[in-house]
Amino acid sequence: MLLFVLSALTILHFAVPRGTSHTAALGLLWTALVFTALLGLTRAFVPEREQHTMDALVMAPCDRSAIWLAKSLATLTFLAAAEVVALPLYALFFHHVGGATVLAVALADLGICAVGTFLGAMAVVTRARDLLLPLLFLPLAIPIVVGAVGASVAHAPGKYLAFLALYDALFAVVCWGSFEYVVSE
Amino acid sequence: VSAAPATIHAVGRLSRIPLSALAAASLVLVTTALIFVFYVAPNDDPVHGLGFGQRIFYFHVSIALTAYACFGCGAWQALRHLWKRDPRADLQSYVCVHQGTIFGAMVLLTGSIWAKYSWGHWWVWSEDELVLFLILYLFYCAYFMLRFSVDPGPQRANLSAVYALFGVVLIPVSFAAIRLAKEFLHPRVFTLSGPRFGGWILVTYCVAQVAMLVLAYTLYRIEIAGKRLDLRLRDLKEVLA
Repeated sequence: MLLFVLSALTILHFAVPRGTSHTAALGLLWTALVFTALLGLTRAFVPEREQHTMDALVMAPCDRSAIWLAKSLATLTFLAAAEVVALPLYALFFHHVGGATVLAVALADLGICAVGTFLGAMAVVTRARDLLLPLLFLPLAIPIVVGAVGASVAHAPGKYLAFLALYDALFAVVCWGSFEYVVSE
Repeated sequence: VSAAPATIHAVGRLSRIPLSALAAASLVLVTTALIFVFYVAPNDDPVHGLGFGQRIFYFHVSIALTAYACFGCGAWQALRHLWKRDPRADLQSYVCVHQGTIFGAMVLLTGSIWAKYSWGHWWVWSEDELVLFLILYLFYCAYFMLRFSVDPGPQRANLSAVYALFGVVLIPVSFAAIRLAKEFLHPRVFTLSGPRFGGWILVTYCVAQVAMLVLAYTLYRIEIAGKRLDLRLRDLKEVLA
C-alpha cells in the first residue's frame, strides 16, 4: 500500500499539468487515497480464505460482529500507516495540507474501513472475489468522496465533516448489525 | 409489532388478484394516463413558461417514485428473509430489486430526455435525481453481480438480503451527498420549480403514478411466476434424475 500510494502520487504529479489549481490536486489526492484503500481492502480477507481459518473464527464463542470490528481496525491501521507517509509526500510534491483535510482523512478512513471490510467479507465468498469488491465498494464510497473533497476544498468544512461522521456512524451500525448474516448460513 | 402482520396480510390479499386482471388494469391505466398527459393536462405553465416537453415530468416523476417503491419493497422482503426466515422472501426481494433497476433505467432515460429538452444536454450533473439514480444504478447493478457469483443457497440469499438493505441506507445518504456536492461543484443552481400542483395537473399526475405502480406490480407478478415455475421445473428434474 505504501509503495502503491507513492507510485500513485508520482503518476499524479505527471498527470497534473503546471498551473492546475490547488483544488484539482486535492481531488486527485482523494482519488489516490480511495484506490489505495481499495488495494488494502482486497487483501483483508485473503489469509482467511487461503488458510481456511474463517470457520474457526465463526465458531469462536463471541459475537460475530467482533470479527468485522477487528478486521476493520486492522485495515484502518494499515491505511493510516500508508497515509502518514502519503500526506507529507503530497505536501512535498504539490501543496500544503490543511487541518480540515487531515480531519477529513481520519473520518473518511473510518467509513472506508467499516464499509470496505464488510463488503470484503461478502466478496471473498463469491466466485469473482477480488474483481467484485471494487464494484460493490465504489458506489458506496461516492458519499465519502463527496464529504471528504468538500471538507478539503470548502471554506467552512464543518458541514462536510459532520456529514462524514454521520456516514461513519450510520454504516458502522448497519455493518455491526448485519455482519452475522454474511459469515453464517 | 401489530403493523407487521397486517402488512403481510395485505400483501397476501394482493397476491390473490389474478394476473390477467392485473394485466388488463395496467393496460387501461397506462392508456388513461397517456390520454390525460397528452390531451387533458394544461400545456403551458404561465409562470415558468414550460412548454409541451414538461409533460414528460408526469412519467419521469411517477417512474422514479415507483423505482423507490420497488427498492424499498426489495429491502423490506430482504429484512423479512433475515428476520422471519420466510422461504419466499429471497426470491421476492430479488424480483423487486430487478423491477426497481428496470424502472431506474427508465428514470435515467426520461431524465436525460428532459435534460436535453430543457438545457440542451443529454446529461446534467446539477439535476439531483439523475445523479442519484446513476449512483443507485451502479449500486444495484453490483447487486446482480454479487448475486450471480454465489451459488444458489442460504448464503446467496443472506448476502443479497444484506446488500439490498444497504441500498435503502444508501438512498438518503447519497441524496444528502449530492446536495452537499452541488455547493462545491455547481455554485449555480438550476431551480426547476415544477408547475404548481392542483387541478388537472394533480389529477394527471395521480393517474400516471397509479398506472406506473400497477404496471410495476404486474411486471413483478409475471416475473415471479416465471421464476417460481423455473424453480419447480428444476425440482422436478432433480426428482426424475
